[in-house]
Formats: sequence, structure tokens, C-alpha cells
Amino acid sequence: MASLKELRNRIASVQATQKITRAMQMVAASKLRRAQDAAEAARPYADRMSAVLANLAAGVADQEGAPRLLAGTGSEQTHLLIVATAERGLCGGFNASIARMAREQAEALKAQGKTVKILCVGRKGYDILKRNYADELLAPVSYQGLKSVGFNEAQSIATQVLEDFETGAFDVCTLFYSAYQSVISQVPTALQLIPAQIEDAETPELGGAAYDYEPEETEILDALLPRNISVQILRAFLENAASEQGARMSAMDNATRNAGEMIDSLTITYNRSRQAQITKELIEIISGAEAL
Amino acid sequence: MDDKLQFDLVSPERLVISERVDSVTIPGVEGDFGVLPNHSPVMAMIREGELIVENDGTQRSFALSGGFADVTPEGVTVLAEAISTPDVGSTD
Repeated sequence: MASLKELRNRIASVQATQKITRAMQMVAASKLRRAQDAAEAARPYADRMSAVLANLAAGVADQEGAPRLLAGTGSEQTHLLIVATAERGLCGGFNASIARMAREQAEALKAQGKTVKILCVGRKGYDILKRNYADELLAPVSYQGLKSVGFNEAQSIATQVLEDFETGAFDVCTLFYSAYQSVISQVPTALQLIPAQIEDAETPELGGAAYDYEPEETEILDALLPRNISVQILRAFLENAASEQGARMSAMDNATRNAGEMIDSLTITYNRSRQAQITKELIEIISGAEAL
Repeated sequence: MDDKLQFDLVSPERLVISERVDSVTIPGVEGDFGVLPNHSPVMAMIREGELIVENDGTQRSFALSGGFADVTPEGVTVLAEAISTPDVGSTD
């Protein structure tokens, strides 16, 4: 049985922890609001971009000389996995679930005899993956200390990825991030960036008229495809930011509740042992008096 | 149905404008062009320049640094790379 002093100390330390987790939960809740708005605000652009791209690609994809970003290099030997995670921990299974998905993909590709390269954006993903994939990991990109990640950061990564693609460093590029659905649900998602995956977007009703292109279709596509990559990366960042805060909020909510339960049970133990000690002292006094 | 077109101006970060307007003048890479309702469908790249929106005799202009415009008979969607703060002013 722990002494009363030890129990008091434990209660105090759990209370201090609870204060921290409660504060983190509240901070996450307020950041979530902003991150959620940003993620939702960015959706129209990405959606329209896919629609426009689908529209254009339908006409060009089958032709000879289609852009390599759309048609691929003709080989699927080397895969680049971009793993976007958070810079901080204490957000439940958020980082781990993205990393797990990337790892499963990497294992599947390796089993097929493919070469895998992994680019981590965010420190946490790198920390998780470096144990198993020290050889495959490229230098990680980290935006630690940056308040929010915007289009410029997404673009700088896209530029880097495109340069590597041009030099033939990889054939297929897949992006891993966590799609934000709600505070309690974030879904790890894999999105193939190169060659571009064209969703079957519904083509707008044109009333029989054919699209005019200014300049040529292929030229527009050449400009649009790299842009699309930046946009998709930005979207992943924003979704990630919202997911991270959501995950942290629910993780900290759980932690606060657990701390509360622990304090309750410790307090009961403390009171019982205090009572037991008083009883023991009384018995000692009474039996001492009787002996006289 | 009013005689206007749906105009959406979207930046990577957010939807800047979505409203019905009289006309839009777009700085295309092959020259500026104006869009009125029921324009034939055009997909155009945008160069750095000024986009002018006209509605009820009021003109607003936005400085764009490249992007794309998707014109359909119903309206215009402009995917802009960067948009400067709108300079709101009336012209008489």
C-alpha cells in the first residue's frame, strides 16, 4: 500500500497532466475551426481543376505524344511515395495511420519487385518510417515552426517532384494524406499524382457547341498538369491540417477523461487509507489505555 | 431568367467570388476577350493581367498572375494562381 504522501503526489501529478490535456484539447478545437474552413475553401478549386482536366484529358489521352504526366513513362518500375504527416505528435492515431498505409503500399510494391522511394513531408512520418526504410527515404521536408502551410509550400514540393520526374528518378508518384471527414473520422488516403488519375467528371452541357482552346489543347494540358500537382498537394496539406486538429481534439478529450477517472479512483484510495490510518491510531490509543 | 452569366473566381486557397454578372473581360494569353452570357465554350490560359467584371454599370478589376478560364454558355470559371485584393470602383 502506497503511503499517503505518495498518493497525494500522484493525484497532483495526474491533475497537472489533466490540465495540459484539457488546454491542448481547447487549442485544437479552436485551430480545427480555422483548418476546417481552409480545407473546405480549397475544395472548389481542386474540384474544378479535376473537372477541367477530365474534360481536356478525354480528348488527348489516347493520342500519340500525350504528356508524360498524363500517360506515364511507359514503365512502372520506380515508385515515389509522398507521405504527408503532421509535425507534432499527441494526436491519436493520425500520423501512425498515414504511415501504416504508406508502409503497406511500399511492402506491396516491393513484393512485386518494384523500387520504392519515400519522400516524407512532416517530421512525424519520417520518424516512424526511418526505422524500416532508412535506404528508401529521401531527405524529408519539414515545415516545423511555420504557422500554416499554403500554396507556396505546396508549389515548392511540386516543383521538386516534377524536376525529379523529368530526370527520370521515378515513374509513378503517389501521395498519402488523411482526408478530413469529421472530428471523429479522418480517412488515410492514397492519391496517385503521376500519371494523373482522371476522374470521370461529368462534362458540362455545351448545347452541341465544341470547345475552343486558346492556345492548343496540348499546350493547355502541359501547363495544367504541373499545376494540378501543386493543387493536389496543397489540398492534401489542408486536409491533413484539419484532420490533425480533429484527431488531436478527440485524443485529448479521451486523455482528459481518463485522467479524471484516474483522479477519482486515486482519491478514493487516498481517503480509504487515511481513514484506515486514523482507525489504526485510535485502536492503538484505546488498547493502550485499557492495558493500564 | 435574367440576362446574366454565372461568374466564379477561384484561387487555390478559396472561392473568391461566385455571383451573377453582366460581363467579364479575361486577359487570355492570346489576347483579352470579353465574355457575355451564352458565349461559346472556350478553355483559355490566362496571362498576367487585369480581369474586369462588369455588373449593373459597376466595374471591378482583379489583378491575376496567370491561371485558366473555363467558359461555358452558362458562365465562366476562372482558376487563378494569385489574385490581388479587388479594387472596387464605379465608372461613370
